[in-house]
Amino acid sequence: MSTPYYVSPEQIRQDKEDFVRRGIAQAKEVVVLEYRDGLLMVAENPRKTTFKISEIYDRIALAAAGRIAEYEILRVVGIRESEIKGFRYYREDVTAKWLTNLYSQHMGAVAQAWDAKPLEIELLVCELGATDAPENSELQNNRIYHIAFDGIYSEEEKYAVIGGRATEIIEILERRYADGLEIAAALQLVTETFRTIEANAEVDYEITPQTIEVACLERTAERRKFRRLSTDEVTTLLDF
Amino acid sequence: MLDLSDYGTSDFFQILKRRHPELLATFNASDVAANAQVPEASFQPYEGTTVLAVVYNAGVVMAGDRQATEGYQVGERRIQKVYPVDRHSAIAVAGAAGPCIEMAKLFQVEVEFYEKTEGVSLSLEGQANFLSHLVRSNLGLAMQGLIVLPLFAGYDLKQQRGRIFKYDAIGGRYEENDYYAIGSGGKDARTTLKKRYTPEIERQEALAIVAEAIWDAADEDIATGGPDLIRKIFPTLYTVTEEGVAEVPETTVEELYNDLISRL
Repeated sequence: MSTPYYVSPEQIRQDKEDFVRRGIAQAKEVVVLEYRDGLLMVAENPRKTTFKISEIYDRIALAAAGRIAEYEILRVVGIRESEIKGFRYYREDVTAKWLTNLYSQHMGAVAQAWDAKPLEIELLVCELGATDAPENSELQNNRIYHIAFDGIYSEEEKYAVIGGRATEIIEILERRYADGLEIAAALQLVTETFRTIEANAEVDYEITPQTIEVACLERTAERRKFRRLSTDEVTTLLDF
Repeated sequence: MLDLSDYGTSDFFQILKRRHPELLATFNASDVAANAQVPEASFQPYEGTTVLAVVYNAGVVMAGDRQATEGYQVGERRIQKVYPVDRHSAIAVAGAAGPCIEMAKLFQVEVEFYEKTEGVSLSLEGQANFLSHLVRSNLGLAMQGLIVLPLFAGYDLKQQRGRIFKYDAIGGRYEENDYYAIGSGGKDARTTLKKRYTPEIERQEALAIVAEAIWDAADEDIATGGPDLIRKIFPTLYTVTEEGVAEVPETTVEELYNDLISRL
């Protein structure tokens, strides 16, 4: 009889983490930042119908870096659970905090399962503050939650970045981000940041309106705050 | 872990049926139909209505009165019977108020759920067909007098025109080319529309004949509410065009009625 081999729990955890980090290190970045009229989300993505940023519910959007297929399932399940909750109670009862917990619990469970591979994705759950809440109320605040592959999440303020070179982008944003930017200025800041990090990259990736995906959660919109910006719109904003 | 089993369906109604049937009490036809000895509803549901739709040169106008009736009483003066569905469609409902509102809400969520999961809007034809399925699933309750009959209208982006669909109680779906009205005052409204409608009608004229049709329906049918000039309650009017669904502002509706009254 062969001896069952022993691997320490620390080793298993470390192996899984290394495995995911290698995957995420190659993932293109997604940036979310607060601008004057809401939240702007920008990703490096040359594809036209496969998105990394998408609408979940009235004021909630989801952005991901990593494996698209794994993100896609979580996106659809997020929409499903949100719609069920909103149908059962009221649309305003669906919150980013609740959705983040839902994802976090799932990703954590998958990461810990002995027979499953951890999800190779990082998520940003973004929520626009309630536009009809009283002024200075907490409810007016935007929320950004960053969820790691193992379900551990943190709340971010003003901006957040996921993807392989997130730390470098955050360093640039720390220096250059300002409150109350117009949408054009905010978008220019992100594209310039992308250009800076791409200049140091081994593989060429040109940042043009065709190679980025842009969406926003807009305070001025009606019930559904999420809007994808077309290539034409992005071109106009960048020419400003 | 999250249940990922129904990943792949874009049908919200199906998901609710399978996972949360308790949220669909009024639409589970099999429940009620299987229990055929349930006595006929002994309470009087809110009902009585005139809702209508008129095709005009840029799209379609959809409108409804605001009154819900409970037997011989006014049950509610400000009820909504017309609801936007997506950017290019709207639904109006006639019948028992509770199930009506529930169906409109479920239908709206269904269409939006499809759009978000698939990334493209459900076609107008697809929406009309799905609605037929919803009406049919309410058959059990309809047999006991809790009928829900919708009128569905929208702007078809491919065909570049407004379209109207009406339904029967067992889910039959029929397209109308010019205009249609349903509810207890539907026939009266249709008479007005028949006399006043002309093809390729302009927006302002379309709004005027819609206002007049509701006025006539309210005049003949006790279960339809006309404009309430004292409380300032006016019928709801929506337009659906290539640009989207827009509610006609209340002040405009008030003007339409002031014009109409000055001509009477």
